[in-house]
Amino acid sequence: MLQLVLFNVTNGLIIGAFYVLMALGLSLILNLSSVINFAHGNFLALGGYIAYVLTPHIGFWGALLVSPLLTALFGFIIERLMIRRVYPRDNVYSLLLTFGLAFIMQDACRYIWGPNGLPMTVPESLSTPLSPDLFFITWYRIFMVAIVIIAVVGLFAFLRYSRVGIRIRAGTLDLDTVAALGVNVGMLRSFNFALGSLLAGLAGVLAAGQIGLNPNMGDDLLMPSFIAIIVGGVGSLTGTLLGGLLIGVAGALTTVFWPAASEAVIYVIMAVVLVLRPRGLMGEEGMLT
Amino acid sequence: MSASTLVTATAVTPRPARPWLTTAIVWLVLLTVPFWLPMLGGYTALAGRVLVLGLAAMSFNLLLGFTGVMSFGHAAYFGLGAYGAGLTLKYLTASTPLAMLAGVLLGGLAGTLFGLLIVRRRGVYFAMVTVAFGQIAFYIAYSWDSLTGGYDGLRGFTRAPINLGFTTIDIVNNDKAFYYFLLVIFAIATSLLGLLLASPFGRTLLAIRENERRARFLGIPIERHIWLSFSISCAFTALAGSLYALLNNFADPMGLHYSLSGEIVIMAVMGGMRAFWGPLVGAALFVVLQDYISSETVNWMSFVGLIFVLVVLFFPRGLLGMLQNRGGGR
Repeated sequence: MLQLVLFNVTNGLIIGAFYVLMALGLSLILNLSSVINFAHGNFLALGGYIAYVLTPHIGFWGALLVSPLLTALFGFIIERLMIRRVYPRDNVYSLLLTFGLAFIMQDACRYIWGPNGLPMTVPESLSTPLSPDLFFITWYRIFMVAIVIIAVVGLFAFLRYSRVGIRIRAGTLDLDTVAALGVNVGMLRSFNFALGSLLAGLAGVLAAGQIGLNPNMGDDLLMPSFIAIIVGGVGSLTGTLLGGLLIGVAGALTTVFWPAASEAVIYVIMAVVLVLRPRGLMGEEGMLT
Repeated sequence: MSASTLVTATAVTPRPARPWLTTAIVWLVLLTVPFWLPMLGGYTALAGRVLVLGLAAMSFNLLLGFTGVMSFGHAAYFGLGAYGAGLTLKYLTASTPLAMLAGVLLGGLAGTLFGLLIVRRRGVYFAMVTVAFGQIAFYIAYSWDSLTGGYDGLRGFTRAPINLGFTTIDIVNNDKAFYYFLLVIFAIATSLLGLLLASPFGRTLLAIRENERRARFLGIPIERHIWLSFSISCAFTALAGSLYALLNNFADPMGLHYSLSGEIVIMAVMGGMRAFWGPLVGAALFVVLQDYISSETVNWMSFVGLIFVLVVLFFPRGLLGMLQNRGGGR
């Protein structure tokens, strides 16, 4: 029993780590630009596929580094070409735009790499379990969690200490004032979108090593990421972080006791939060409400 | 935030040039469809789909176009309507009107209850909560295999003939009769929507859309109005969903999925969300295009996605919006 619980908590933390990477990227874009990126799951898939293509040439480690950067570049171009145009308009347009983009990107992945799942090989040293007792913890899983922790700490440090990061946070609170102070807000938003795409691309590479690749691999992560943001509170990245881990572990623990409800429990958590604390765990009143 | 508010506030709806003309054309087309559509290579069920999805998009547009609130989870209420009707026909009684009633009640009540939780949210946050909540219905239908048929959808029911007392209308085998049955329901529903929009309540919704803060200063209970508007919109969408189940004799979980929510939104925007008949026109365009594209290529998803992108970037006012603008000579 203990092993079962431990197994599922580990699973939950790992799933939660993916939710966190996805949701932080979504949250960055949502906070600064009021855009819900429905294509975020497809950026994740793109990151995975780019890694798949690159691995034979530059190895897994190279792909882990380069693929998120290329995904970020792609995000930057998409933002410059399309999403930027709808900022001044009603929110409905940015939603529809990313929605259509999600359709196109998913279909493109299917067209290029085929509808069936593809395996992604990870280095031999990572695929062995820690010990016979803890067979479910492979080095790869430890490695994934470590990378996610590094990425999250890196992101928070970047937002806290770098000039651009401070501008992003300031823009979240009051973009007009930031613009009035002479910051190129258009470029700031493009960069921010690329940063969100980078996190999605990184999650894509990690997920590809764990579960392999398929064109809609990001879809199952999109809704939980929305819920992580709602539970954590819109406007707060720390809240998103907590929300992602919370629903990841809650979902996995439910699997132990009532497998059929593991999907439902995260929605129950969202409903409870909306009733008891509508702004979310760490959300500030008045942010985007 | 402030920039987008400014834009919505200043973009005052142009008065429709000749509202009665659009209405007359719409009804003329709808009444005669079964006679000319087969000649153009269409089939009557396609016209039925347009009516049903058009009704869903018009009901949805009560929120987006006329209250200024963006729900992105309307597929949930559409699908609940379909499952409510399907389950009633399959397990309870072979009565088409009762099945429709059950569908409307199921979807409408779900929307009413959920509406209570979210009326204080606005903008993208409202959209995000509605889309996430809408997925609950999808997961229930998907996982409750024994009742709903799970992934394969709910089968094993058929619509029943309408018994009017003095005569029975065979809507089961006669496609044309069923189309006109749909059209009667559509007419009643859209008339109610039209009356609602012309009523003081409807005008208040417009006021909320144009300037929520000023409406609040005037003493209008904003939350209650948005909640009512949301509930009514969900109930009408559920009605459309129950008709969809009757049309296909089938209810499937993809009818609850958020991708359908997105399609309902694009229909409203494509036809013109500020025009009463806009969503119907959008639904007609979308359904016909989708039907054509999916019969021509397996990569239909790219083309549907392309429709979204092109409409947003180049035709944001929608078809009727552009026509009105030209006719109105703004």
